[in-house]
Amino acid sequence: AVQSSDSEEEDFVSYGSALQPLQEGERIKKPVPLQEQTVKDAKGRYQRFHGAFTGGFSAGYFNTVGTKEGWTPSAFVSSRQKRADRTILGPEDFMDEEDLSEFGIAPKDITTTDDFASKAKDRIKEKARQIAGVVAPIPGTTAFDDLIGPSKITVGVELLRKMGWKEGQGIGPRVKRKPCRQKPDPTVKIHGCALPPGLSEGSEDEEDEYQPENVTFAPKDVMPVDLTPKDNVHGLGYKGLDPSQALFGITGGEHLNLFTGGSEETSNLLGDLRHSKGRKLGITGQAFGIGALEEEDDDIYAADTLSRYDTVLKDEEPGDGLFGWTAPKQYQSKKSPEREFKYIGKILDGFSLASKSSAPTKIYPPPSLPRNYRPVHYFRPVIIAGNENCRLQKALEESTGKLESDPAQQSRHALNAAQRREQLGETELKGPTPSILEYLSEKDRERVKEMKQASEKQMKAEIVSQQSPKNRFQTASPEDAAHKWQMLLGGQLANAGSSDFKPFAKNPEKQKRYENFVKSLKKGEKDTLERFLDPNMTEWERGREQEEFFRAAMFYRSSNSTLSSRFTRARYEDDVDKVEVPRDQEKDIDDKETAVKMKMFGNLTRDKFEWHPDKLLCKRFNVRDPYPDSSAVGLPKVKRDKYSVFNFLTVPEPTTSVTQAINEKILESNSLNKPKKPSRWDVSDKEKEKKDSISEFISLARSKADVHQQPPVPATEECGTGTSEPLPTLVANEDKNQEEESGRPPMDLFKAIFVSSSDEKSSSSEEESDEHQQPTTSERESETIKQVDVPDSSSCNVQESVTATTDSGISLLPTSKQELDITEEFGPKLPPPFSSGRFCKHLDRKEKDRKIRERHKTKKERKRKKEKKKKHKKQKNKGKHKNKKTEKDSSSDTTDSSDSLSDMDTTCLSPKELLRR
Amino acid sequence: SDKTLKLWNPHKGTALRTYQGHGYEVLDAAGSFDNSQICSGGADKAVALWDVSTGQVVRKYRGHAGKVNCVQFNEEATVIMSGSIDSTVRCWDCRSRRPDPIQVLDEAKDGISSVKLSAHEILTGSVDGRVRRYDLRTGQLCSDYIGSPITSVCFSKDGQCVLAASLDSTLRLLDKDTGELLGEYTGHRSTTYRLDCVLNEQDTHVGCASEDGHVYFWNLVEGSLALSLPVGQGVVQSLAFHPRLPCLLVATQGQVTLWREDTFQPE
Repeated sequence: AVQSSDSEEEDFVSYGSALQPLQEGERIKKPVPLQEQTVKDAKGRYQRFHGAFTGGFSAGYFNTVGTKEGWTPSAFVSSRQKRADRTILGPEDFMDEEDLSEFGIAPKDITTTDDFASKAKDRIKEKARQIAGVVAPIPGTTAFDDLIGPSKITVGVELLRKMGWKEGQGIGPRVKRKPCRQKPDPTVKIHGCALPPGLSEGSEDEEDEYQPENVTFAPKDVMPVDLTPKDNVHGLGYKGLDPSQALFGITGGEHLNLFTGGSEETSNLLGDLRHSKGRKLGITGQAFGIGALEEEDDDIYAADTLSRYDTVLKDEEPGDGLFGWTAPKQYQSKKSPEREFKYIGKILDGFSLASKSSAPTKIYPPPSLPRNYRPVHYFRPVIIAGNENCRLQKALEESTGKLESDPAQQSRHALNAAQRREQLGETELKGPTPSILEYLSEKDRERVKEMKQASEKQMKAEIVSQQSPKNRFQTASPEDAAHKWQMLLGGQLANAGSSDFKPFAKNPEKQKRYENFVKSLKKGEKDTLERFLDPNMTEWERGREQEEFFRAAMFYRSSNSTLSSRFTRARYEDDVDKVEVPRDQEKDIDDKETAVKMKMFGNLTRDKFEWHPDKLLCKRFNVRDPYPDSSAVGLPKVKRDKYSVFNFLTVPEPTTSVTQAINEKILESNSLNKPKKPSRWDVSDKEKEKKDSISEFISLARSKADVHQQPPVPATEECGTGTSEPLPTLVANEDKNQEEESGRPPMDLFKAIFVSSSDEKSSSSEEESDEHQQPTTSERESETIKQVDVPDSSSCNVQESVTATTDSGISLLPTSKQELDITEEFGPKLPPPFSSGRFCKHLDRKEKDRKIRERHKTKKERKRKKEKKKKHKKQKNKGKHKNKKTEKDSSSDTTDSSDSLSDMDTTCLSPKELLRR
Repeated sequence: SDKTLKLWNPHKGTALRTYQGHGYEVLDAAGSFDNSQICSGGADKAVALWDVSTGQVVRKYRGHAGKVNCVQFNEEATVIMSGSIDSTVRCWDCRSRRPDPIQVLDEAKDGISSVKLSAHEILTGSVDGRVRRYDLRTGQLCSDYIGSPITSVCFSKDGQCVLAASLDSTLRLLDKDTGELLGEYTGHRSTTYRLDCVLNEQDTHVGCASEDGHVYFWNLVEGSLALSLPVGQGVVQSLAFHPRLPCLLVATQGQVTLWREDTFQPE
């Protein structure tokens, strides 16, 4: 409360109305409680914040309609002066003004009414309602239709329209209209003004209309009004028993229907009222006799029984619950389908009812299944018929009990990768599988075996001693044991490669049995041992051997996995006669060196091989597999005889390019110089370092060759191709002897030397005959040239071929192996390591001159580059020619070059040497 | 050699991450095209695949019998190629969990010193003095004999030429298709170490590390020495050129130095 004094009044600006000054003794008013805080509108009515019809939740006591007490029904008031006027309450009476406003639920705006919106729709609706009002069992139900009227044209009306019906027409077949007159009824009083002539229902038009004879009209749209007066006291729709029907008209078998005359609906509706009185009173029977041609009646004496009547107040039930008056029509009206058809036929012009019913669609029976057919497919393991496989199959069946539970299907998920691979017939992946035993020598192997066997015996003895004496000789169910072992070993054995492991090598028979056993174990057979074991053995011995075999197999496997990862497999197996050799051989390295020396890169220095990339690699590189048919990977290999000369020789390939021919000539000229070269460096090298395995070899070869060469070489030179055939074998034999003596394995080497010399000589003699040598790219030719040109220095030939063979890189020779070992250390050293912590120095030093040049370089530069490239090539060609000339002319030069070439040779052998120099 | 890899931002000079997990010194590393993975190979004979962000070893591929000299991803980082002193190149699958390589390229007669990949080619340089190019598309192996042990090979940017550095202190530019010699670059010293050679971002110059502490650049066409960059005192161990920008990374004596223009604006 603010006490306002007079003096202050002018100084202040006051907002709002001041509170009433408190009277003496008056208590401070309590604040108005919430429920009494009301808002009134301009007319003094309580304002509600939410309309009752707009979802207001406070349409209760506080904000109710009109009064504070809420909505009250208007009381009945009647007096003599003022009659109670019946007011029909519309929805608007219950609505507020807000609801009637623009945004209320019933806005009272000017809208197009139904009358103007679409007349047709309204008329249809009206008609439908009228009909419904008549037909409906409960009169007045149309009142609901007003509320729940369909908003759109019904399907029936649409169908009718499609059939050609127009609004205002009646329904039914078209009729010829009689010229009927519609006269205004004189009795009808017309109130008000007369109707305008145009609106008088077209009666005048009809009168004047000319009507041709053959024109039919749609029936008039008239309300079907049932005008039959009800003059009886029966129930609605009830018709009494028609005596004519009841007595005579009905033949036996058909029920009496008291309601046949009535409409279907009503009859059904009132069907319950049917009573079972009214016995059939016909005079029927045998008394009158029947004619000869007549059939006898069903009932002879007093045929009418109660059984003919329904005892239950129901129609016959179809059994599916679709009965009663809500049932579909077809259950209710079973009478005279023909009539309906006829009606349809009348309506649809151009159609007539088929006399014959259409033939029923032919139904094909499903194929008859074999009795043992099973709707689930399963795979049987592919078992090739055979002696062993029969057993396997049998074993499979026995073990599983029944056929369908194949192990292949059953344990599909239990298989490991190896087993699956085996089943799919895929090849084994290359992996570190070989066992260490393969690397052991025979002696060591045997020793290992002995050790193992000894230990096994010990173990066995222990086991046997542990066993109770009663089952010592029982070999407790070998089947079980076998199964157990198989479980243990089965998958692992599949991994194992070809077994070079011979635990029972001492006893060849036993070893054979063991091998068979392992083989069958791999296959997964069960009763393996019984077959392979010696039938002469006692049962106990058999059991022992079985155990032994299993253990051996176990041992073999375990040693496999543990040790194999530490070794890499040798490229060639030692005891195999055939050797896999790359199909495409490299060209002679000497030629290459000379080419490099002369900077003639290109064809000379290039070797092209066919190379098969792995399929997966192609996939990963998004490249199509160049050899989709081949499964080979890497360079294609060819199996060749291990001791064949041709492993170390390349077959000359006829080439057609001109440039190559030129190259060849150069090559030829080069090779002229060669023979002198090796003799020089070889001697010196031999003296210099004994360790060089190759030189050692060469010297050895020389010494041997000197012994052997005297008889065969001249002979072959003269006799040529014919005699060259038997010679290699001779030489080979001799070499073999030599090899055995010396304990070295360079037999193939010598073979290569001598055989090649003889072969080549024959071919060279041929080639010599024609002046122009075929352009070839092989080393062979170069050798032949050497031999031809320098026939006296046969030792040089030997050396040449020796180097060729060794360089071809086949690790057969121990020398080359050594060489490899050496060269592994020869590789370029790695940059010196610095263990100190690395730090990044941020040096922005300019390489200005370089950059500037780069900037200036534009596309022109590139063009120039390309041109230059071409020039390069041309120059090279020229250079080749020059070289050729110079080398041919000057012999002194050649010696020098041969020296340098020899240097090259040595460098190629060992980079270390090069480094040393 | 602290057996680690370190990831640097060369422009800012900040160390981003250290990758530990190799058992011996790391000899080579390469990044994938999306920079999400790193592969590395070292003297522990293993090839490791690293996740860049987590710094963990995703996979380790063992199978080489010797030190792994060089590693490379292929274009989509689905295969790692590793060249080793055991004279094989092994193709490791990054997609599957396969422990063994997809393929072993064992054609080389001596240790592999350098491996490079293009979309469909594998280029290897070997100590046996040969540059081998495996063409997956045509299924061919082209072996070019150089003579001297190869220390480094690389494709030119246009993919038409092959640059090979060898221990006779010579770089040779060979035509890829015919194997013909297009250019020869000498002047540096490379007789002992495995040194890198590079082409610049526009194929106009050829660069090579040298044992005299310089990096040499030659004009590719003329073959004339364009620049010798004094980098340090000792051997320049490694060299890398930015694929698109004129930036050069040089490693020498425990330092990594970045060389670029004054006006250079990093991306």
